[in-house]
Amino acid sequence: MKKKRAPRRKSSAPAKDHYTDFMARAYTMELEATERYAQFAEQLDTHNNREVASMFRKLAQVEALHAKRILEEMGWPSMPALPVAYAWESAEAPETAAFDELHYLMQPWHALEIALRCELQAQQYFEGIAASRVPRRVRTTALEMAGEEREHVQLIRDWMKKVPKPPARWADDPDPPQLGE
Amino acid sequence: MNAPIAAAPLSAKDFKSDYKPVWCPGCGDYSVLAAITKALATLNLRPENVAVVSGIGCSSRIPAYTTCYGFHGVHGRALPAATGLKVARPDLTVLVASGDGDGYSIGGNHFLHACRRNVDLTYIVMDNHVYGMTKGQPSPTTEPGWSSKLAPGGTGLREFHPLVIALASGANFVARAFSGDPNGTAALLAEAVRHPGFSFVEVLSPCVTFRPEQRAWKERARPAPVAVTDDPARAARRIMTDDGFNIGVLYKGSRAPFAAPAARSPQAVTELEAGFAFEVTRK
Repeated sequence: MKKKRAPRRKSSAPAKDHYTDFMARAYTMELEATERYAQFAEQLDTHNNREVASMFRKLAQVEALHAKRILEEMGWPSMPALPVAYAWESAEAPETAAFDELHYLMQPWHALEIALRCELQAQQYFEGIAASRVPRRVRTTALEMAGEEREHVQLIRDWMKKVPKPPARWADDPDPPQLGE
Repeated sequence: MNAPIAAAPLSAKDFKSDYKPVWCPGCGDYSVLAAITKALATLNLRPENVAVVSGIGCSSRIPAYTTCYGFHGVHGRALPAATGLKVARPDLTVLVASGDGDGYSIGGNHFLHACRRNVDLTYIVMDNHVYGMTKGQPSPTTEPGWSSKLAPGGTGLREFHPLVIALASGANFVARAFSGDPNGTAALLAEAVRHPGFSFVEVLSPCVTFRPEQRAWKERARPAPVAVTDDPARAARRIMTDDGFNIGVLYKGSRAPFAAPAARSPQAVTELEAGFAFEVTRK
């Protein structure tokens, strides 16, 4: 999904360096998104919703590639140790889907809807960084990343056009778990 | 002799077992599991030094999903089992996982006395205001007006107030977390484990199947607007007057945790048997 950025100079700066910190955040975002999509795939596999599970697995693979690429670009064998845990503006990283977004009867279109929301949040996150008072190198990379997220948004929108939109009563279950009134 | 090799730090994944959770997709308990494993990794613990004890219910499946020692006990009896374990093996970090039905109804009495004893345990109650595993009966924390086919018109009963009860009973650490914030919950759990004595963490964990309206909890949960206090009266006042959605550590006491009496020297099995032997008096 991502086009290859020009390779950057490998950094050996300590974690307190702005650029290193920024890239570590970007890596954390991709990694958390990977893990969440993989968890979603497992949950839906367990509930025999194989089609959506497969879609989440694909999304996890794509995010994992992004995470790997950041490691390669930075020349990190693994995530560098950082002095403090990240504080995101929301409860979790901008590209991480919330645990409660799943439904056992959800359809592929819903999975893409979740991915679209996450990509939009990631795009806004990088745009926000680029617009803030940060060193030039961070701003340049944040703008590149925002551009990439914008491309992903478009890719997912195109993908959604190829997937049937669920009917209005998609969550109706003829044998529901709960007893209605 | 070679120097001992330092164990590599573990990640949250190292605390997750190969068993895949069977909770409903969207359940808050997935997030709590993620928070527990992250907290244990943050604390630099190792699975062989941690035990997770539970009772019965959706939340009580958690021991099987970790690589720690686990004990999936009987309904409402997680705390007595965990207390015994901690007293016998004080070197272990003992977490207790429960739900609002298991922990406050069947296990309600044990809850009071576990707080009072102040054994160094971390009690995590995943509260969704319903018995999920048995298909949606009202639990002690269910709102009086919540109507369902199993309780038409609602129970009309006042809800149990676990945080105030924990405080009044002597818990040394009282906190509320929200499963919609797994990173915040992990940090809070780590703090609870570090704090000596009985730490009680109530995690608001929506049941998306029987209480789908609880998805809206994410709009209500927010950080508590006050700093943690060590004054139980002040903490009680705050907890009694909040709306149940203030998240954070609400009380941190300094009461010394329960210390088991010094162990006697180990006895041989024959000595123990002798203690149970009947005396036969010969005429």
